[in-house]
Amino acid sequence: MATLEEKGQSASTERLKEFLREMLLIRRFEEKVEERFRAGELPGFLHVAIGQEAVAVGVCRALEEGDVIASTHRAHGHTIAKGTHPNEVMAELYGKVEGTSHGYGGSMHLYDVERGNLGANAVVGGGLPGIVGAALAFKLRGEPRVAVAFFGDGATNIGTFHESLNLAQLWMVPAVFVCENNRYAESTPAKQHLPIEDMTKRAEAYGMTSMAVDGQDVEAVYEAARKALKQARDGRGPVFVVADCVRLSGHYVGDPQVYRPKEEILELRKSRDPIELLRARLELADEDWEEMDREATRIAEDSVEFAKKGTDPRPEDALKNVYA
Amino acid sequence: MAEKTLVDAVNDALHVEMERDATIMVMGEDVGRAGGVFRATAGLRDRFGADRCVDTPLAEAGILGTAVGLAMAGWRPVCEMQYESFSYPCLDQLITHVGRYRWRTGGAMEFPLTIRMPTGGGVRAPELHEDSPEAYYVHTPGVKVAIPSTPADAKGLLAAAIRDPDPVVVMEPKVLYRSPRGEVPEGEHVVPLGRARIAREGADVTLVAYGAMVHTCLEAAELLDASAEVVDIRTLKPLDEETLLGSVAKTGRAVVVQEAPRVAGFGAELVAVIAEKAILDLQGPIVRVTGYDVPFPYWSLEHEYVPTSERVAAAARKVLDY
Repeated sequence: MATLEEKGQSASTERLKEFLREMLLIRRFEEKVEERFRAGELPGFLHVAIGQEAVAVGVCRALEEGDVIASTHRAHGHTIAKGTHPNEVMAELYGKVEGTSHGYGGSMHLYDVERGNLGANAVVGGGLPGIVGAALAFKLRGEPRVAVAFFGDGATNIGTFHESLNLAQLWMVPAVFVCENNRYAESTPAKQHLPIEDMTKRAEAYGMTSMAVDGQDVEAVYEAARKALKQARDGRGPVFVVADCVRLSGHYVGDPQVYRPKEEILELRKSRDPIELLRARLELADEDWEEMDREATRIAEDSVEFAKKGTDPRPEDALKNVYA
Repeated sequence: MAEKTLVDAVNDALHVEMERDATIMVMGEDVGRAGGVFRATAGLRDRFGADRCVDTPLAEAGILGTAVGLAMAGWRPVCEMQYESFSYPCLDQLITHVGRYRWRTGGAMEFPLTIRMPTGGGVRAPELHEDSPEAYYVHTPGVKVAIPSTPADAKGLLAAAIRDPDPVVVMEPKVLYRSPRGEVPEGEHVVPLGRARIAREGADVTLVAYGAMVHTCLEAAELLDASAEVVDIRTLKPLDEETLLGSVAKTGRAVVVQEAPRVAGFGAELVAVIAEKAILDLQGPIVRVTGYDVPFPYWSLEHEYVPTSERVAAAARKVLDY
């Protein structure tokens, strides 16, 4: 008979395997995006979050039905983790009607209103005020829902960040602010754009509960997110979560990364890849890993096939939906 | 019907609409306890509570950005920008989000959001309290813009804006807030967006304006020997081209008046529409009377900046004599 502790462990192991599966799917999807960009099939201005999958998955798995998110310009992972099918995301990148925004939004404007994704955002910091508003709406109606904003360390320098945190704490709305602290604002390293080292202080300035978590450890992210979401949902005020993470890719697909030593990426890929870290921790058998990888690769490849077969929007359709 | 000031008509519209629909909420700086710097929101907090009449910090991007989320989550927010120039920090949210969500989401997202703000000069305030920034808003796809010139229209256009499924910017000429008074219908009163008004009938020349300049044009009409028609545009976007072109077809002459700086102002759009669609009706050039391409000057010079009835009349004579 398994002890309670063993049962708990196996449940947790199963959950972690699910996390791994999803992180791997996002990774293979984004690698496919890079590949199709290099093949000349996808136009530019694509931002992948390779290396940051644990934040997207850890946070989104902790969400409950009815919770909403706002994403950033680096949005593929958040969008897939929030439940949008990779086919729809890829179709959007190919500018097809079958895409999340019917081919009008692209990589930086992925939406899935039905699944509570209030949208990715090309303007850094642009999604935060909307999340405060959505959270205020939930609070005013007494609904036990939470609104979550993803953004990077670079966004903490922009005005909307400060206005949003101030308003959220002032009104005690059920919001969680997830700062994906990858230490780069586009190409500018943290030491050139942040006057402080400890990012949790950003929120402490507003009297907001603030916590830091290792963003490469999906279980730690999940636990931190659950705690933060619970506080917000219970009406005990918003929470700021700094997830220290690494961007194993450039700012955009095709970025030569001249601002970053080559060794840095190689070293980080070896030591801080959240997928490799979790794989090692789960001590997955090779065949299990390979099966998982095959499945993720297949879904990513299928998404390209799906996208390519998609429908091109008609020019006249772009004139619609500007007004009701 | 009661005689009311324009600002009281705005206040009336907010009361009537908030009573009608419990999802309407007002937010802005000093709108609650203080009732707004112009008293446009007086009484709302007492009547509807602090949740539906929200005093915000001084944070315009935050106010409009919050309204974005509220609108997405089923509310109909009415944001007050305390002065038109204070709306500039919120332009970011307006341009990047408010006007675009519906389009980006393929029509999946409603955006029933209203932004109110006082506009224009003539109240002896410093430059950043006297601007006429309507062109920025009109130029933003997905956003509608209305500017009333009478108390009745202030009430009716605001009600229409609040009920509209799209974001609408309603700019209230602050020089008209307290005078003149006008008859305002009681209870629900809606002036549909997209319909201009003939403020004065005439036969020889059309004076086209919106907001405070409508009154300047009405005064100018009195100065002329010829018969002038005055068209009050009321809704800048969507524009009622039919009424505008109909008047020009009748008179054959047009003077377009705006208080805002001249270059690329909304007047230029009106001129372009007339030139494109009514060139054969014209018996002379279309002339603009506008503010100047400088920041709005301090009170000692504001009467030199804002178009006067004399300037409008002189422009009309030029067109009539052409």
